Amino acid sequence: MMEHLLSLTLFTPAAGALVVMLLPAQRTRLIRWWANGAAAAGFLVSLLLLWRFDRHNGGFQMVERADWIPMLGAKYLIGVDGISLLLVLLTTLVGFLAILSAWSAIRERTKEFYTLMLLLQTGMIGVFTALDFFLFFVFWEVTLVPMYFVIGIWGGPRKLYAAIKFFIYTLAGSVLMLLGILTLYYQHSRQFGYYTFEISELMKLQLPPGLEQFVFWTFFLGFAIKVPMFPFHTWLPDAHVEAPTAGSVILASILLKMGTYGFIRFSLPLLPGASTSPLVVQVMVVLSLIAIVYGALVCLMQRDWKRLVAYSSVSHLGFCTLGIFALNHEGLAGSILQQINHGISTGMLFLIVGVIYERRHTREIRDFGGLAHVMPNYAVVFAVAMLSSAGVPLLNGFIGEFTILRGVFQVNRVWAGVAALGIILAAAYLLWLYQRTMLGELHDPHNRGLHDLNWRELAVFAPLIALVFWIGVYPKPYFDILDKPVAAIVERLHTAGSSEQAAERAPVGGGAGR
Amino acid sequence: MNLWLIPVLPLIGFAITGIFGRRLSRTAVSAIAVGSVFLSFVWVLRVLAGMSTFEAPYVERYFTWFRSGDLSIDVSFGLDRLTAVMLLVVTGVGLLIHLYATGYMAHEGGYYRFFAFLNLFMFFMLVLVLANNFLLMFVGWEGVGLCSYLLIGFYFLEKFATTAGNKAFIVNRIGDFGFSLGMFLMVITFGSLSFDTVFPAVEKMPPETGAGILTAISLLLFVGATGKSAQIPLYVWLPDAMAGPTPVSALIHAATMVTAGVYMVARCWTLFTHSQVTMEVVAIIGLATAVLSATIGLVQNDIKKVFAYSTVSQLGYMFLGLGSGAFAAGVFHIVTHAFFKALLFLGAGSVIHALAGEQDLQRMGGLRKHIPITFWTLLAAAVAIAGVPPFSGFHSKDAILIAAHHHAPWMYWVGVATAAMTAFYVFRAIFLAFFGEYRGTAHPHESPPAMWAPLAVLAFLSLAGGYIPVLEFLEPVFPHMEEEHDILLVMFSVMAGLAGIALAYFMYVLRPGFAGALAARFAGAYRLLYNKYFVDEIYAAAIVDPVVQGSRSILWRGFDVHLIDGIVNGIGHRSHNIGALMRMWQSGNIRSYAAWVVLGSLIVIIALGFGGLR
Repeated sequence: MMEHLLSLTLFTPAAGALVVMLLPAQRTRLIRWWANGAAAAGFLVSLLLLWRFDRHNGGFQMVERADWIPMLGAKYLIGVDGISLLLVLLTTLVGFLAILSAWSAIRERTKEFYTLMLLLQTGMIGVFTALDFFLFFVFWEVTLVPMYFVIGIWGGPRKLYAAIKFFIYTLAGSVLMLLGILTLYYQHSRQFGYYTFEISELMKLQLPPGLEQFVFWTFFLGFAIKVPMFPFHTWLPDAHVEAPTAGSVILASILLKMGTYGFIRFSLPLLPGASTSPLVVQVMVVLSLIAIVYGALVCLMQRDWKRLVAYSSVSHLGFCTLGIFALNHEGLAGSILQQINHGISTGMLFLIVGVIYERRHTREIRDFGGLAHVMPNYAVVFAVAMLSSAGVPLLNGFIGEFTILRGVFQVNRVWAGVAALGIILAAAYLLWLYQRTMLGELHDPHNRGLHDLNWRELAVFAPLIALVFWIGVYPKPYFDILDKPVAAIVERLHTAGSSEQAAERAPVGGGAGR
Repeated sequence: MNLWLIPVLPLIGFAITGIFGRRLSRTAVSAIAVGSVFLSFVWVLRVLAGMSTFEAPYVERYFTWFRSGDLSIDVSFGLDRLTAVMLLVVTGVGLLIHLYATGYMAHEGGYYRFFAFLNLFMFFMLVLVLANNFLLMFVGWEGVGLCSYLLIGFYFLEKFATTAGNKAFIVNRIGDFGFSLGMFLMVITFGSLSFDTVFPAVEKMPPETGAGILTAISLLLFVGATGKSAQIPLYVWLPDAMAGPTPVSALIHAATMVTAGVYMVARCWTLFTHSQVTMEVVAIIGLATAVLSATIGLVQNDIKKVFAYSTVSQLGYMFLGLGSGAFAAGVFHIVTHAFFKALLFLGAGSVIHALAGEQDLQRMGGLRKHIPITFWTLLAAAVAIAGVPPFSGFHSKDAILIAAHHHAPWMYWVGVATAAMTAFYVFRAIFLAFFGEYRGTAHPHESPPAMWAPLAVLAFLSLAGGYIPVLEFLEPVFPHMEEEHDILLVMFSVMAGLAGIALAYFMYVLRPGFAGALAARFAGAYRLLYNKYFVDEIYAAAIVDPVVQGSRSILWRGFDVHLIDGIVNGIGHRSHNIGALMRMWQSGNIRSYAAWVVLGSLIVIIALGFGGLR
């Protein structure tokens, strides 16, 4: 059993979904309990990974390998390193909490809802564990479908527009990414004489620079739309606003990380030459910086609470992509930690909006104000999430942002300076949001009778708050887990940057920092 | 010696009152809050008593906070003479103010919340002072800012209070922006943020290569100081911060937090003295802030506003001292200022408490008879800040002014003129509140002992605190300064102070109509000062509005909604007709969609790979 722990983690939610499918649709209580149980079991199983994981090993661990479609050379090949382990754990935890948060919010078609949510779990874990590009792509696409339906069926008034926009946008990206994958696939056959999608095999490719650039940009479209990077972000606010709370939480906390993970796992190690080329670095950095500042400025102007949180994701993910393309240890490690942090704090922010939406069925900021009077515990939870998102020291966000900016500063001081502006603006839009919703007089009579968080809701927030403080006060274990795999990626980038075509691909801005 | 107990004790207080406070009685909350600070104070005394000598800084290392790449940050505390002084001020004055607050806040709602935040503030402030590296200092630095935000907005029903809290936090963030960049620059220059590594490395830097980078680092750090310690151009948050309860104004916005910038510069004297440019900038910004805010203070009618601008002004003095190289004098002024300014605020709080919330000086008057203890203690603070010998303010201010004269004589003269204004506005407040006839409608009553006892202690310290040998104690810490004992310089500044008092006495006691006539005569100048040079309005028009309006109409409405989504939806409409064709594929069945995606991908691969290329 223990040899297949990773597969067990991967398929526990899917097995749960299978059982839900077999249950009669009118037994909603049973379905609800079962689905929550399956998600909780998925989380508990994934915790065992931590016990089996060796953090002194920089390579992939718990690798499982089996032939899948021999005709194509596609394999069932999964494994984790520190980077994917953290993201898997984030997925199982946040996925479970998101399902728990939907307990009373989803009243229609519960069977379908829980089936899709559990399938989505397996899809996301698959994305973070697949070591075969074909398998990865299948999981990548698999996540798209349940999310499309979650938005399209249980969404708000403009759910169809949002769902289709989400679907088309990301599908367009992934089709192009597929083109890139296939290019690598055929190149491998040309160079080595056999077909394979295995990542470690594809890493041995020697690509002509032009082709490498081409593949990078096809990957870029797939990943950048998912992140989403500016200017591909406009599906995000619509999808978030229309999605039910559980969907928004999954979307923000995990699905977006598939994009950043894609850059880290595939673009950088497979295409080190292109990733370190001045053009790529400059484009990526400029788009990241625009996202940081632009996302934050647009946040200032939102009247819809949930749309504001959605735009804040654009800004925060800008930090993550910026960190990646600092192309050094600090930038990458900080970026991954910040992805986890964003999953925690923005997940909380969406849960917070969900709590109030379930009670009031409005998200207009001006409908609120003074909620701290009637919902004091809620106000405290919101305060923690807000401060974590604003990057206040001793909470998680600070560690991530500090590490990213330190990495970026080594490369180019101006980039770090511009990005740091985003931190000022984050404080502005978050504090202002908090003031307008929580503080002041309780002017709207509809808000008078609101009840505070119940035990189930507190249970959803409690582990996230614990993580906010843990990562803020003692992030060392997280950095330790990330240390070796990040070092391996950086190592690969540097050898690529220095050996082949050194003159052409000198790392950008290196002279400015040191 | 378990230095960690000093900040952790108030943190425990915060945890208890914060989590269980709603279910605890007020007495229990007070006991925990005051008790934790008292224990912290006792522990400071114990630790200092155990320090037989301060020859080498004493450092305690606890654990590695985080390590990423080649940078490792420890959680470690250090203790030297400078820290010792700060610890005594923070815990000592903090204790008195906690005690006072039990009386002042007795009738307020959210009692437990207030004390939880106040204890949390003590924790962060003590971390700031004890930190042995810049990042840990920054934790305290941002943490005190957070508590300041929470406590300014304590009366969260009032919109102006929460807005003032936001303003404080955001303006401080602008300062912290500089501080962070300074840290990053230190990391790439020295590879460390630890005081033990950075300062010796600075000493070893050859001047020709080091000057540029050290100027950059020290200037960036100073940007942080202008935020936290309310200097030009970031001072605008502090006067608004008076929206918080008065004990908060006394503790955070007068005695301790706002001096953090001064402390930081003093702590980094090695860095700052290596850059002539920065030292000059510090001195000039300090002096300019001192003058500017003193002039504003001349005409304010809100008693707390007067003292708030006075705080900004006095902080300016401290920076003038630092910039002139008189670090010990600057720190000495932190100490005396903590005594008399905390007292001014607590006294003002006692007045406000007596008048059931009235803060307008024009609606006070004659209170000397009604609240004598408050009057006499406030008078003690006033003579101290006015620089009347031999009281505390005289000693520290004099040390600063003499150093300024040594640095540049014109700075001394501007400082003396500011001293005259200081004496004038403080005594103007005293005379308006306590002399003449009562002009309000409340029924003034003296405050309870929990409030006036701390006033009495602070009054004693304000009067006699100048004889605490802070300068001598700090001598080994800072670079030696040539002393200049010119009795004439001392006399000028004392006379300026006395002249200010005399003028205030003339204008507000002898000839009460004179001030109004003067204001009418010079209406333009009066309005300019009364409206604080319109700095807030200028900032709003030049920075805040363009950002806010630009974000709305250009970025979001224009770019996001119209341009990008216009393109996206345009493509969508084009393909609409194709979509109609495709509709026959739609069955609405979930499973078939999933199957189509997977199948479709497979077909593409098979078609390309085995059909097309072979």
